[in-house]
Amino acid sequence: MIWVDTIIQGVLLGGLYALFAAGLSLVFGIMRLVNLAHGDLIVFGAYLILVVVSVLGLNPFLAAIVAAPVMFVLGWVLQKIVLNRTLGEDILPPLLVTFGLSIVIQNGLLEGFSADSQRISLGALETASVSLGQISLGVMPLLTFASAVAVIVGLNQLFYRTAIGRAFRATSDDPTTASLMGIRPDRVFASATAIAMLVVTIAALYLGTRANFDPNIGPARLIYAFEAVIIGGLGSLWGTLAGGIIIGVAQTLGAAVNPEWQILAGHVAFLIVLLVRPRGLFPRGG
Amino acid sequence: MLTRRNLLKSTAASGLAVAAGSLAAPAIAQGARIRVGYVTPQSGPLAAFSEADQFILDGFAATEAGANFEVIVKDSQSNPNRAAEVAQELIVDDEIDLMLVASTPETTNPVTTTCENEEIPCVSTVAPWQPWFIGQQGNPGDPSSWQPFNYAYHFFWGLEDVIAVFTNMWGQLSTNRSVGALFPNDGDGNAWGDPNVGFPPVLDELGYTLTDPGRYQNLTDDFTAQINAFKAANAEIVTGVVIPPDFTTFWTQAKQQGFTPKAASIGKAILFPQAVEALGDTGHNLSSEVWWSPSHPFASSLSGASAADLAAGFTAATGRPWTQPIGFVHALFEVAADAMGRVDDTSDPDAVSEAIAATALDTIVGRLAWDGAGLPPFAARNVTKTPLVGGQWRLKDGGGYDLVVVDNQTAPDVPTGGAMEEITA
Repeated sequence: MIWVDTIIQGVLLGGLYALFAAGLSLVFGIMRLVNLAHGDLIVFGAYLILVVVSVLGLNPFLAAIVAAPVMFVLGWVLQKIVLNRTLGEDILPPLLVTFGLSIVIQNGLLEGFSADSQRISLGALETASVSLGQISLGVMPLLTFASAVAVIVGLNQLFYRTAIGRAFRATSDDPTTASLMGIRPDRVFASATAIAMLVVTIAALYLGTRANFDPNIGPARLIYAFEAVIIGGLGSLWGTLAGGIIIGVAQTLGAAVNPEWQILAGHVAFLIVLLVRPRGLFPRGG
Repeated sequence: MLTRRNLLKSTAASGLAVAAGSLAAPAIAQGARIRVGYVTPQSGPLAAFSEADQFILDGFAATEAGANFEVIVKDSQSNPNRAAEVAQELIVDDEIDLMLVASTPETTNPVTTTCENEEIPCVSTVAPWQPWFIGQQGNPGDPSSWQPFNYAYHFFWGLEDVIAVFTNMWGQLSTNRSVGALFPNDGDGNAWGDPNVGFPPVLDELGYTLTDPGRYQNLTDDFTAQINAFKAANAEIVTGVVIPPDFTTFWTQAKQQGFTPKAASIGKAILFPQAVEALGDTGHNLSSEVWWSPSHPFASSLSGASAADLAAGFTAATGRPWTQPIGFVHALFEVAADAMGRVDDTSDPDAVSEAIAATALDTIVGRLAWDGAGLPPFAARNVTKTPLVGGQWRLKDGGGYDLVVVDNQTAPDVPTGGAMEEITA
């Protein structure tokens, strides 16, 4: 029974990683931009939700809905004014700029909110659980996983069913030809980052309610998100979910053998997938 | 007009002035104030430790003894390399007579090592003495190679004290004596879990069974493995030295997965009230070691203020709840003022070092005297221990938490505010 429990908890953990990774996957898939500030943007979102909760006294879920449009606009402006200028043949400028952005966000948050540990409180829901036979599953991890699946489904619908999704795919394939067809890549990129920031807001809600966060915690959460994106195959959103689950399950299984192997097992799983399928599990167009 | 020519002229002139100033400096040093360097983590993950710095410094400057001192504060940015760098700056550029340093081995050790190399007296606190003393040795694994320091002095408690406090607290409850351990793979976790000097041998002796699933990495997102291991061992007590976000993750998951021990005595994670408040209502009756509280029966040698006065003053000045480092940072300046008051030439490092070694002072954290009491011979010269008791966080009626001292067998002078209570699901 412990093994079943371990695997289920791993799958739920994978949902969290997939949620962290979905925004990254979206941005990378469309504009080949590696956003090193992604983790810090999630932490920024968590602080934004915290402020809304404490100022307006709203339920955190409602607060996230209030925060989402702010993050959307922020993403649009960030891409349009800052990140678009760094895109080009050279992959180094976006890396450097987002790395710098990460430091700016961390120190800005430190200045504004001090180094105190914060947590968005959900009251009794935090520790609520449902029993399945001998296994007891937390309501919040289940909600996290469900949200991850919903985000992936939603993004896929957007990608394959809407005009803006077509524009995303066209720009991703060939920005020059797409712009000949009347699409302005800079606006498409701005919209993509704006949508990614909506996903970031959802990730921030679960990051902030799950455990403590402080201004410096972002980068530590980024590495699993990167691994999930790469395992899943660049540009594939379902792949990102699968990647997150693989890392989550590998971690809990590794930990069940010995907690020393928890983090290592996730990294080893990542390397094994890369060894067997260097382009990830579900590479787009391959 | 700023031209290249003007700029060159003016910088050359000011350069001369600086050179002349430093030449003239020794002549006026006689009547100058005593220069003290203070390295502290004011920013970064350890910043909560230095929250009271400004309050303490202002208080020190306002005292009669404080008027003779010029305190130069440097931020370590919670980074050991940066701490060593600013220590070097203080010694070389600011020509300090005495170094003070506080808050975690990441800050105290690089600064102390730098001072020892530069032969500048250094007083350090807020780090258990083993990581401070042993952590600075060339070969921490070989006790026969350990050397005492000539200029470095430390006051705090040690691992043996925290073990005694935790087991005393558990002794107040009726449990099955099965203990689950959360020891991360970092300096503290490895020391606590060490089979020779950590928890395992003491717990063995006292008849506790210890379930130690193994060293996990900090910032782990899942504790299912540990929770399942504790459930399998029917653990009624949980202990460990855990960073705050990890403890929140563990405690939340434990509740979700239906595991509630009778006692949870945790180092590090629940030191600050903000971290306990992050647990919502589930932090009630969590226990930890208490090194200083407003109910400690000590008073400042500088201002005469009691522990309660100091804590109340901090809350009045900043609107924030008191935290444990406040007393220890204050005591650092008590030691500085006392030692410097007993030397003729405050710029003579050997005289200052001897004066610190000869300290016998009742401070706001208790009596400080580097006489080796309660310490193994190798650390006797450099370390003095302060009392440690056990406390539990109790939910207040209006929200928020109070830290209540529940066990004082290790330091009977410190009054208790209640008895140890079980955690209920």
